[in-house]
Amino acid sequence: MSTPTVGVLALQGDVREHFAALAAAGAHTCAVRRPEELAAVDGLVVPGGESTTISKLAVAFGLMEPLRERVRAGMPAYGSCAGMILLADKILDASPVSAGGQEQETVGGIDMIVRRNAFGRQNESFEAPLDVKGVEGGPVEGVFIRAPWVESTGERAETLAVHDGHTVAVRQDALLATSFHPELTGDHRVHAMFVEMVRAAAA
Amino acid sequence: MVLSYFYRRVRSYVSSPSSVPSATSAAQAPATGTARVKRGMAEQLKGGVIMDVVTPEQAKIAEDAGAVAVMALERVPADIRKDGGVARMSDPDMIEGIIEAVTIPVMAKSRIGHFVEAQLLQALGVDYIDESEVLTPADEVNHSDKFAFTTPFVCGATNLGEALRRISEGAAMIRSKGEAGTGNVVEAVRHMRQINGDIGRLKSLDSHELYGAAKELRAPYELVREVAELGKLPVVLFSAGGVATPADAALMRQLGAEGVFVGSGIFKSGDPAKRAASIVKATTFYDDPKIIADASRGLGEAMVGINCDTLPEGERYASRGW
Repeated sequence: MSTPTVGVLALQGDVREHFAALAAAGAHTCAVRRPEELAAVDGLVVPGGESTTISKLAVAFGLMEPLRERVRAGMPAYGSCAGMILLADKILDASPVSAGGQEQETVGGIDMIVRRNAFGRQNESFEAPLDVKGVEGGPVEGVFIRAPWVESTGERAETLAVHDGHTVAVRQDALLATSFHPELTGDHRVHAMFVEMVRAAAA
Repeated sequence: MVLSYFYRRVRSYVSSPSSVPSATSAAQAPATGTARVKRGMAEQLKGGVIMDVVTPEQAKIAEDAGAVAVMALERVPADIRKDGGVARMSDPDMIEGIIEAVTIPVMAKSRIGHFVEAQLLQALGVDYIDESEVLTPADEVNHSDKFAFTTPFVCGATNLGEALRRISEGAAMIRSKGEAGTGNVVEAVRHMRQINGDIGRLKSLDSHELYGAAKELRAPYELVREVAELGKLPVVLFSAGGVATPADAALMRQLGAEGVFVGSGIFKSGDPAKRAASIVKATTFYDDPKIIADASRGLGEAMVGINCDTLPEGERYASRGW
């Protein structure tokens, strides 16, 4: 398969930027908002956005279980920022559960604990160059927006990048997650790495 | 001298996505308050609903309903209309209470041109400042210099020229103004159609005509050219002012809004939690009438609307801002 089809979970967030980056990295793209659309893709990007919103909509529209099943079955997935939170087995600093409210659910898949908004509020959002293992040609521009970090990882998860002592990029088998937003930079190397992972999984 | 200063700043703000990283070492100090993190923050809100709230309890209801952010304010626009008087920035205790109640981003409003209110909001740690016509303007000539802040700004606009003037002052997100506190979507539709119509006309111009267009729009040429090339604003465009139902939200999305602000429409209605969740669903599935119809069932009473053509000129918020 030379041109895999990579879906972007399009419930909320910076979907268009991921479409552009994936297309530049050589993938067909499509929006995923329904279970039948999920069934048709070779890999999935969970975009940046508001993780509580994406999680609630995924539950409300019957997408959470199909997402978990496909990730368990080995579908490659990449999450940036909110997407990293959704691919984490466990999260810290989730929104407190109110009376009658539901706990923030994740798709899971990567054996890691992620802390939401760990780098602070918007005033502390920042850019910094970042060396990412597996990305050749010098550092990527790390754009961190109210970003999470990885508090700890299990044995199977490999740390790909560290900023200020905190893990900010992780890979486990066909799953990839970054605290930062390569889709906002015009540098498509992280997406190219993911599209390669999708090709390898299909081969 | 003044002009060149102005253009240098506009130019520095017109982003040029670099495909090749210029840094050779990853040891460079992190940069905060850049155009990319300010505009990028708004990109993360796309496809979402930002809800006006006046208490921590309302903020929690909004978060549970799936809001991407809340707008902390003392009175919703419908009550500002009713009460009259001067509307100002909200009480710091009230804003802090809302910041502590939720994990989603919190926005708050400053008066137009009241850059000290904006400084306070930045010091309080709000995630976005809305320099808003809903509050009583503090300056009838100048808006705040938004480049002077680390916290990003969203501003209202009724047409493309107004949107580009705000962007040239540093706004990192634009919302069509509509007419806040009326529960009437007619002005939101008018402004969204105007902005997108103006963009459509720019796209049809040749390079010679863009200079004249910039003069007519009263906007910097660099931004006019960028919009003509992109076919869209260089920042995220939401809709505001008059959305009261799931169908209203979906209408604004189909007209080109990348997300919606809902002010009085939620907490002035019969069942706020349910209406809020329904508007969130309709904003995501804005092009699926069956889902919007389902989301519109059993919502109870909508807010009572106001006919905009009966509003006296002095009570039209959209005419504030220049």
